[in-house]
Amino acid sequence: MGYAEAGFNLEIDLTRGNIERVACDPNLAKLYLGGLGTNAKILYERVPPEVEPFSPENLLIFGTGLLTGTPLPACNRTVISTISPQTNLMAYSMMGGFWAPELKYAGYDKVIFRGKSSELIYVWINGDKVELRDASHLKGKGAVETQELIKKELKDQNVQVAAIGLAGENRVFTASIEQGRSSASRLGIGAVMGDKGIKAIAVRGRKDVNVARPMELLQLCNEVLQYVKEREDKPVPNVMPILAGLGSPQEMLHTDEKWHTENFSWGNSRERRKDFWTREIEEKWKETQESARIRLISCYNCPMKCGAIVSLPGMSTYMMKCFSKLTYNMAAFVDDLEFGFRIAQRATEYGVDGFSTPQIMAFAFELREAGILGEEHFVGCPDDNEGKFYWILDRIVLREGIGDILADGTYWAAKKIGNGAEAYAHNNIKKHEQLPLKLGMLNPIYFLMYSTGEKCNITQIEGQFPQAPFATMEEREEFVSDWVHVPDEKFKQYLLDWEMRGERSNPYYPTVDMSVDIVDWQEMMHYLDDAVGMCAGMSSFPLKPPYHIHNYPTIISAATGMEMDEEGLKKIYRRIRNLVRAFNIRRGLTRADEKPPEDHWRKRFPELEEQLLDAYYKFKGWNSQGIPTKETLLELSMGYVSEDLEKRGILSYE
Amino acid sequence: MSKAKKKVKVIKIDVDKCNGCRACELICSAFHASPKYSSNNPERSRIRVIRDPLKDIYLPVYAGEYTPAECAGRNRYVLDGREYGECDTCRASCPSRDLFKEPDSGLPLKCDMCDGEDEPMCVKWCLSKALTYEEYEEEREEEPKLGEMEIGLEALVNRHGLQKVMDTIARLSKKG
Repeated sequence: MGYAEAGFNLEIDLTRGNIERVACDPNLAKLYLGGLGTNAKILYERVPPEVEPFSPENLLIFGTGLLTGTPLPACNRTVISTISPQTNLMAYSMMGGFWAPELKYAGYDKVIFRGKSSELIYVWINGDKVELRDASHLKGKGAVETQELIKKELKDQNVQVAAIGLAGENRVFTASIEQGRSSASRLGIGAVMGDKGIKAIAVRGRKDVNVARPMELLQLCNEVLQYVKEREDKPVPNVMPILAGLGSPQEMLHTDEKWHTENFSWGNSRERRKDFWTREIEEKWKETQESARIRLISCYNCPMKCGAIVSLPGMSTYMMKCFSKLTYNMAAFVDDLEFGFRIAQRATEYGVDGFSTPQIMAFAFELREAGILGEEHFVGCPDDNEGKFYWILDRIVLREGIGDILADGTYWAAKKIGNGAEAYAHNNIKKHEQLPLKLGMLNPIYFLMYSTGEKCNITQIEGQFPQAPFATMEEREEFVSDWVHVPDEKFKQYLLDWEMRGERSNPYYPTVDMSVDIVDWQEMMHYLDDAVGMCAGMSSFPLKPPYHIHNYPTIISAATGMEMDEEGLKKIYRRIRNLVRAFNIRRGLTRADEKPPEDHWRKRFPELEEQLLDAYYKFKGWNSQGIPTKETLLELSMGYVSEDLEKRGILSYE
Repeated sequence: MSKAKKKVKVIKIDVDKCNGCRACELICSAFHASPKYSSNNPERSRIRVIRDPLKDIYLPVYAGEYTPAECAGRNRYVLDGREYGECDTCRASCPSRDLFKEPDSGLPLKCDMCDGEDEPMCVKWCLSKALTYEEYEEEREEEPKLGEMEIGLEALVNRHGLQKVMDTIARLSKKG
């Protein structure tokens, strides 16, 4: 009997319609935990760099975290890994919700898809009984609608369904996978699912998940819950409301959007509206949100309420979380929040990423305004901002007309359109649209995170360390007084000395070495969360979360029975980090790709930026091109990677 | 018959506060695992959240008494504009549904209020306070305790009818 893990993967060959239940290698957890760690291991071994995203040889892996399904609060994530059609690098989007725990209860740690189905199918995993079922009746159906139809068909409300909408079927590069209140949105994994002919995966489980040291784990869980309660009564002072509490930002709860609407850019990441948040807007938006939101809801086994059921007259009900309530409004320059809730409903049914998609839409209208895209591409497009955005969303998802080009994202669309369009695709890193943030002064920590993040998404790297210095020493001292999360006491000093202006301020403070330390800590927490299946909103993303590097080893050990200490866990993090990096290096990632958009900050410091990258690579044990060295790989017992990189001529013996 | 004081344990369920996280199901099944907390499986839980998010239905229901027969008719409740299914508000483990049965044996499950704990675990783990715990005392007429044989006979009577049981006993006693 294994602990925490189910011990089996499902291997599904869609081309042949073959389904196998395969025992997992029990030693893998010791080296890579689970979730992203073991997904990456499988991808590295089975998907060579020649494999294209839409090739049958590409794998699509739905992985549970190592501790998903144990009583550990908020440990519910599904980690979906494949090759991104947009970046051609590893995509590992994640979702909360209820799907991964259900898969564990069904007796599996992962579902690994290969090949392609010639007909649209859905997968029905009912414990030991697994079927590929015809989904022709679901073709073109919405992602939310599909989940409901399948539950009805299977006559069980406890079935958990992950589904794609029309965007996934049409291989739109921003297609998401939707499940309940959650979605795995970034990097086009929904397009890969659609390409493989999978409309949905329905799961129902009735088996036990065992843990190694039950009473100890229960005590640790109770401590987490106790901490969550105390933390709720004690928001972090001197930061904006959405950063003060736990959870993924409590966007459905809070109605104060001064910070997002005035600091993030509107349109195609163009304009900051510094006086947007007036009294009138504040009242109107509060009213809109409170009438649209009918209940605040959670993911599996989590006390936070990051999502909401949203219902407005004349449209079907859906669920929403995070920042997507604002992205469409801001991209379209629409000041009525109801538009955001309404268009997000259509976008959720289509199954598209709420971050990238609005930017693609705004990008299209900028190109039209600039005369780069002629009027012939916009025949039938309404004149008003709201109507325009609905219209272009339909074109993109249906891949109709100009929508077919736009559906590949701003980077690829600009390349195809030419005629100067590339200058308008100005907010990408590694070909992927970033949050619409355009700021003044370079922040060295953020420079590194943006540049080197393998997921190309800042919210999956940041957290733990405050985004900006506190104004007074008193505030700083207060902040560090109960900062038990720091891996080392030196981080407290970094923060105490960090000033808003003068010598000890951005960009030269935190210094290069300090910035590297800080980034490494933040990355470490995200990689560990992604491997154990923990929601970032309860660990790596917010300030002062219940989980940290000091309690994780005991928790992992109590749940799995593996021996674990901080040093051991840090080594596992480094192993996963290096494996993902090596995988991407093998696919052609280079130092030249590791840079934020030119206009991300107004004030740039080319020399400092090079120093930051050099120091970061050195700290990681990589060469000056960002490639893990042989020594680093051997130290992490990853000889197979260094051999492979050598064989391919990527690493040389010198 | 004498009167005796009895402690009544109450779990108050505020459906408006339920966030649908199912922590109650998880921890209930873990508490009742053997050894305690060694495993969890919501299917074994004695509380289930009837969930239909798009209809805003979030209804925690506890396992009550086992019943050998299903109801002759069914009810549908419309509460506050939400329509609940025929058996959603029922606590019984019964032949008409899968709910509240051990997945392996099919034996009925029943909430025991986590005997031995100061409050039921589902309440303790419900940080949304949809589940809260109360106790009060009530005077009740004390029923005479039935002996083991009487309980057994009563079950047989329920199942086969008094006449058949009496006939059988008469036949057995003749053999004696």
